[in-house]
Amino acid sequence: MLKKTALHAEHVRLGARLVDFAGWEMPIQYQSQLDEHHAVRAGAGMFDVAHMSAVDLHGPRTREFLRKLLANDVAKLTAPGKALYSCMLREDAGIIDDLIAYFINEDWFRLVVNAGTTEKDLVWIGQQAAAFGVTVKYRDDLGIVAVQGPEARDKVIKQLPTDLAAAAQTVGVFQAVYAGDWFVGRTGYTGEDGFELMLPHADLVTLWQKLEADGVRPCGLGARDTLRLEAGMNLYGQDMDESKHPLESGLGWTIGWDPADRDFIGRTALSALRGKSPNKFVSLVLEGRGVVRAHMKVRFANGAEGETTSGGFAPTMKSSIAFARVDAKAEGACEVEIRGQWVAAKLVKAPFVRNGKVLV
Amino acid sequence: MSNVPSSLKYVKSHEWIKKLADGTVVIGITDHAQNALGDLVFVEVPKVGRKLAANESCAVVESVKAASDVYAPIAGEVTEANGALNNTPEILNSDPYEAGWMWKMKPNNIADVDALLDAAGYQQLIDELN
Repeated sequence: MLKKTALHAEHVRLGARLVDFAGWEMPIQYQSQLDEHHAVRAGAGMFDVAHMSAVDLHGPRTREFLRKLLANDVAKLTAPGKALYSCMLREDAGIIDDLIAYFINEDWFRLVVNAGTTEKDLVWIGQQAAAFGVTVKYRDDLGIVAVQGPEARDKVIKQLPTDLAAAAQTVGVFQAVYAGDWFVGRTGYTGEDGFELMLPHADLVTLWQKLEADGVRPCGLGARDTLRLEAGMNLYGQDMDESKHPLESGLGWTIGWDPADRDFIGRTALSALRGKSPNKFVSLVLEGRGVVRAHMKVRFANGAEGETTSGGFAPTMKSSIAFARVDAKAEGACEVEIRGQWVAAKLVKAPFVRNGKVLV
Repeated sequence: MSNVPSSLKYVKSHEWIKKLADGTVVIGITDHAQNALGDLVFVEVPKVGRKLAANESCAVVESVKAASDVYAPIAGEVTEANGALNNTPEILNSDPYEAGWMWKMKPNNIADVDALLDAAGYQQLIDELN
């Protein structure tokens, strides 16, 4: 039996095509995945991401605990509401999950973790938290909706209570404002401006209906995937998992190496790989015809090889793009094997698209 | 509801085929197929002159979600391919039975068409899938 978010009836009403995603029955698309993608780049779209989980951590040693738990350093979070993207690693540096940590106050941080990893994350976090006296509270009373696109912030602010609306008007990127059980973060997974909102399930449905009436286009997980791929953002379980470490997953930039004496879980194993990883993570654009998908072979003129981890048609670019994990020596011209044919591609620096503009 | 024109013949791999006055046939994928695939972004059609066996995989349609093979409903030689699909694959979504045709061929045996599913038979097939 698949789990359903509070917005499930809305998806049915809107004619969504529903699929099993990590045990949840979620919309892959409503009418056209391409139209949904373009709506986010040009206007405003919204995504039910209530299958993802908010986890609240409480206790006076919460910051100290997170500096141990996470590979990025929450010491960077000094202003209330500030957010940080981080990997959570095993001792061997395998990636348990990628997440966003919000600092609310010294007794309260909030994590947002992936749907498919929630159960194991809660077990792992609980095990590590005990020594710090930190309590772990799974906020399954809250649902999450992402509203993204150049018009998204204006559309959301119109629907917020007065105090929260004023705060949301001026909130900075990767920063959240909150009042009561409403939490509004200026974050996203599309490469566009916008908000991700966490709020009680009943409020989530009302907000969704008001936004839809105001022209915010409901978007499915299909568009979410093409948008995040163009934005150069990794997907857990596809681009990285517990068998991969951040340095071979394009996530070296998220490691808080300084200060050198911060002993985060996975540090010892990861330090041994620093500058020595046999693999690296690259982004590529197909030059020939076709569509690159995940798990296609990549080869380079210098003999290096690898495999795509995510790939697809990039609607904003009208070409095909991919991420790939390849030998560290890979450089220069490359080819991707698409159904038996080697098709020319070139390496580029992600992101491919940001704020509606193609960058590569 | 999918559109299943009664003037066409069908195969269970979701291609349609129509006899033309000059003795050739024209082939495409059904409305049901385009709808199940989602937005199409890349189409590869067989080259003119290629000789195809019945049920041979000879074309590819790729949507935002996945790639799917397209099969020759009957044996024959390709006489024309729809070049418009190169740059506007979306016409296969919007008009699968007219502008979105994929290729034409000269059948080895035109009578092969008659043995294929009629509209009622294909409708029953997709009803069973739904």
